[in-house]
Amino acid sequence: MELQTLTYLTVGITFAIYIGIAIWSRASSTSEFYIAGGHVPPLANGLATAADWMSAASFISMAGIVSYMGRDGSVYLMGWTGGYVLLALLIAPYLRDFGKFTVPDFIGDRYYSQFARMVAVFCAIFVSFTYVAGQMRGVGVVFSRFLEVDINLGVIIGMGIVFFYAVLGGMKGITYTQVAQYCVLIFAYMVPAVFISILMTGNIIPQLGFGSELTEANGGGYLLDRLDGLHEELGFTAYTDSVRSSLDVLFITGALIMGTAGLPHVIIRFFTVPSVRAARKSAGYALLFIAILYTTAPAIAAFARTNLINTVSNAEYSEMPGWFSTWENTGLISFEDKNNDGRIQYLADPEVNELTVDRDIIVLANPEIAQLPNWVIALVAAGGLAAALSTAAGLLLVISTAISHDLLKRNLMPDISEKQELLFARIAIFFAVCVAGYFGINPPGFVAQVVAFAFGLAASSFFPAIVLGIFSTRMNREGAVSGMIAGILFTACYIIYFKFINPAIDNADNWWLGISPEGIGTVGMLLNFAVALLVCRFTAEPPANVKAMVLDIRVPGRPGQD
Amino acid sequence: MSNNDNHYWKENIRILSILLGIWFVVSFLMSVIFVDQLDVIRIGGFGFGFWMAQQGSIYIYVILIFVYLKLMDRLDKKYHHEEKDILEEENRID
Repeated sequence: MELQTLTYLTVGITFAIYIGIAIWSRASSTSEFYIAGGHVPPLANGLATAADWMSAASFISMAGIVSYMGRDGSVYLMGWTGGYVLLALLIAPYLRDFGKFTVPDFIGDRYYSQFARMVAVFCAIFVSFTYVAGQMRGVGVVFSRFLEVDINLGVIIGMGIVFFYAVLGGMKGITYTQVAQYCVLIFAYMVPAVFISILMTGNIIPQLGFGSELTEANGGGYLLDRLDGLHEELGFTAYTDSVRSSLDVLFITGALIMGTAGLPHVIIRFFTVPSVRAARKSAGYALLFIAILYTTAPAIAAFARTNLINTVSNAEYSEMPGWFSTWENTGLISFEDKNNDGRIQYLADPEVNELTVDRDIIVLANPEIAQLPNWVIALVAAGGLAAALSTAAGLLLVISTAISHDLLKRNLMPDISEKQELLFARIAIFFAVCVAGYFGINPPGFVAQVVAFAFGLAASSFFPAIVLGIFSTRMNREGAVSGMIAGILFTACYIIYFKFINPAIDNADNWWLGISPEGIGTVGMLLNFAVALLVCRFTAEPPANVKAMVLDIRVPGRPGQD
Repeated sequence: MSNNDNHYWKENIRILSILLGIWFVVSFLMSVIFVDQLDVIRIGGFGFGFWMAQQGSIYIYVILIFVYLKLMDRLDKKYHHEEKDILEEENRID
């Protein structure tokens, strides 16, 4: 069958499944809309959390980033998985026992302060919008490259699908579509990886393949040794060596880890399970399912990098395979014959380098580069869409609950009925979808920069406030609020200065202690802890009922305050 | 807080400290700070430090969470905090 037809068929079938699930799982109460009624089994929640977490960036871009950064790419691999240990041990079980709907719920109740609630609402909305803009763009990109529809039309189709199941089913609809989306995306990710691993090393498991020897046909010897050798020949740093300072790597990893543990769309997933034990268990399942993709990504990165260099380096331009010109047409590969010898010089030195390759190619073009059958390519398109849509839906729900529940019901309009609140939630999600779609069609140039922002902000605001709220009975309103404000202000100023005000000096020589804006969230987090603990010493203890609440959530299975 | 709850919480903190200690050593010491020293040890095509940073740490994270689950199950049983899932669901005020 033609590639085009196959792709339409595969994407069409997966969309039909998502819509079917949405109709089957309509939400009828705010509890169902916000937390799927608290009835989601741990295994299903683990699958849904994994799909929620793995975005267009994880699916499309991550292997490519690791491929270009070599060993330094580890910051993303560890940073986006290590946070789940903190979530499982320090946050999820206790917030589940607290038993409300949202993260601002916890912050507002624990610190008996509407102001703290509003700070949390602001952070939740900001972080989620930052994220969702990138997802919608991812949807558009996949549509335009694989289905050859206009990128804007692609975004609108994606919006329509998300809108349909998010408005109808709320968290309940989103959860069960995410379960389906996880299955689609992991299958689409693993199939090409396994094929390429067999082709290059004869090992069926990619995680082992990239530490194995190449097959005779590929020249033998360990793959990573070969890759290091190729890199050095072309003037790049060896693939398995680090370019960044270890201190910076340490702080970036830290910021991504604590950010992960503080992201509201991840935390909220643990409100949907029936018990504390189920919360612990689903965190384990979630990480297990995430780990399958995250341990495969560095393998794909190494295979693709070797493949790419072997194919293009010093080869005749006129003899390039078909995929080369296909991707040249999309602008993701560009070749400029600087010395007019008709060959491709791919070198580290920008003066003589003739080839520019977009990182996203690594995953998107991988099946073509490895000459895999058409159905595999169609699958990758469906997988990319599943990854982008599942994350977008989870984020949109956080935005909608922050508005209808935290802002309206718990603050401005406490007297509205449940029915009205549900209506407001649906209206909020409608507007959130429209705003996300707008950013998808008119992407702000700063999406990549604000990702550092999202994680830095989550790490320096939510993470300390939540952990202190559980582990210290003494922590009071004054301490938590001043800690959050100090953490946010410090992190935001540092990032804004280097990313927006003075991007020209954004390099290691000018950074404070050599810490990049990506890693500054860790410092903000430490500052938050320090300020909170200090201020709390000199101000009044929290009221007795708040202390009782904290003691209560520490012990599972006891009826809560309400 | 009853005496019983106090003991439960203390034991919980002890479990957390041990597991997070391992988590810290794996994430920051083995995979970042001492990575070059560990790279001297080779496992197949991998330097050990490189393998920890791109593979091993992630496997250990998964194991840590499941070990935590088991230890907490044992602790909940000891202090009779096992939840009655179905019962709790029914009593839940939404």
